[in-house]
Amino acid sequence: MFRNQYDTDVTTWSPTGRLFQVEYAMEAVKQGSAAIGLRSSSHVVLACVNKAQSELSSHQKKIFKVDDHIGVAIAGLTADGRVLSRYMRSESINHSFTYESPLPVGRLVVHLADKAQVCTQRSWKRPYGVGLLVGGLDESGAHLYYNCPSGNYFEYQAFAIGSRSQAAKTYLERRFESFADSSREDLIKDAILAVRETLQGETLKSSLCTVSVLGVGEPFHFLDQEAIQKMIDTFEKVPEEEEGEAEVAAPAEQGGGADGLGDQDVAPMEM
Amino acid sequence: MTKQHANWSPYDNNGGTCVAIAGSDYCVIAADTRMSTGYSILSRDYSKIHNCKADKAVLSSSGFQADVKALQKVLKSRHLVYQHQHNKQMSCPAMAQLLSNTLYFKRFFPYYAFNVLGGLDEEGKGCVFTYDAVGSYEKVGYSAQGSGSTLIMPFLDNQLKSPSPLLLPAQDAITPLSEPEAVDLVKTVFASATERDIYTGDKLEIMILKADGIRTEVMELRKTLSECWQHTLSIVLIRISTLGSLCYLELCLKFSCVVNRFSFSYL
Repeated sequence: MFRNQYDTDVTTWSPTGRLFQVEYAMEAVKQGSAAIGLRSSSHVVLACVNKAQSELSSHQKKIFKVDDHIGVAIAGLTADGRVLSRYMRSESINHSFTYESPLPVGRLVVHLADKAQVCTQRSWKRPYGVGLLVGGLDESGAHLYYNCPSGNYFEYQAFAIGSRSQAAKTYLERRFESFADSSREDLIKDAILAVRETLQGETLKSSLCTVSVLGVGEPFHFLDQEAIQKMIDTFEKVPEEEEGEAEVAAPAEQGGGADGLGDQDVAPMEM
Repeated sequence: MTKQHANWSPYDNNGGTCVAIAGSDYCVIAADTRMSTGYSILSRDYSKIHNCKADKAVLSSSGFQADVKALQKVLKSRHLVYQHQHNKQMSCPAMAQLLSNTLYFKRFFPYYAFNVLGGLDEEGKGCVFTYDAVGSYEKVGYSAQGSGSTLIMPFLDNQLKSPSPLLLPAQDAITPLSEPEAVDLVKTVFASATERDIYTGDKLEIMILKADGIRTEVMELRKTLSECWQHTLSIVLIRISTLGSLCYLELCLKFSCVVNRFSFSYL
């Protein structure tokens, strides 16, 4: 009831001690398509759902390379995300130049968080409308952080942001304890399965998701479509057989998968 | 009162020589490994060559090595920015322009670096770019920079430059030599420069760029007589015990080559 009076300005507190503009910015993150991150002790996987504006356009780029040892996945206002990625790249390059060593991930997220905080305390600015999953590797191991528009950041074993991310989070909550010792392949498989959870009925195709990996001895890079498709084929065939579908189609995704899971209604957008 | 001149200079010359030769499908970049100051040697094993990790571009610079190091770092950072923006590596001609701009940026407090950039252009042909300290550059077929350049350039002109631009169109953007011949020429040229230039010597580092990758060779340059004897004696003692008199003979021949100033490849 009182929300409307205190939400015009980011510099106006509400009587209950909240900054509504900042909270509205976090809502913007939930509107974006899903982004998922997981880490083991040696690798970090970032995956996201490719959403295209229309059938005619290409999909938005949501995962960016910051450096050989750091990558970021975004959800929300992708324009804000691009700007922040450019900032992160420049921080990383400057650190390498000055200290001849890779930027520790923890430092980078603190810089990001401080930058976000500034926008919550200036009347002529607005908060960034993007959530960032920053995954990276440094001397202290593999890390995954989530940076909020509010200026907060948290470290995670696995996390999902964006629309329908609750389904992915439920899946990850069931499995996260095993991630620390997971092999690289298992970690990627879990990421793709988590992406499938967010699709809620749509058939999982390699064209629908983007997956990136970084780890010990492996600089940040994207997995190509064939590699992702092969991974999908290893587990997509199982529900097909269980459904008892006769068609053992060569592209495994066009068959039992859709009919099996498509019976349930598509879940409403997560709040 | 006559004007007092500064008794401190921000610059120093660490000596050394850099050479590059472009071929039809390769490029050879070489530099000696001696770093000196005044009449003293600071290091016998200092590399003046920097692999830009661009699409086959290698920079070799002599002059003030602190400025050279700073220049290499700046180029490396600028290259990373380019890769993030364009999603691909810089080509050699692009790196050449970037280097020129970077040098001119400090027009009024220059990098004391005399650069030779070598690599393969977008068609896979060798290219060499030669610079002055403030960024004026030119694409050439071969070049030498540094303390030994005055000894080396006339010889390269003699071997590689087309006879007369009046009779034939100047073809000296690419040398007709094959890769082993070019490497041999470089070794000969450095052996000669080492003889008369005190700032050039110790070891020679050669990088050969081809489409399939980069190869590095290191060659010893002329030593003083006493160093030679020590070197020979230590090897002779080992060799005789392992492989017998044939090796001893080979070694004596090698030693005589050094003393008689022949290039090693004549062996």
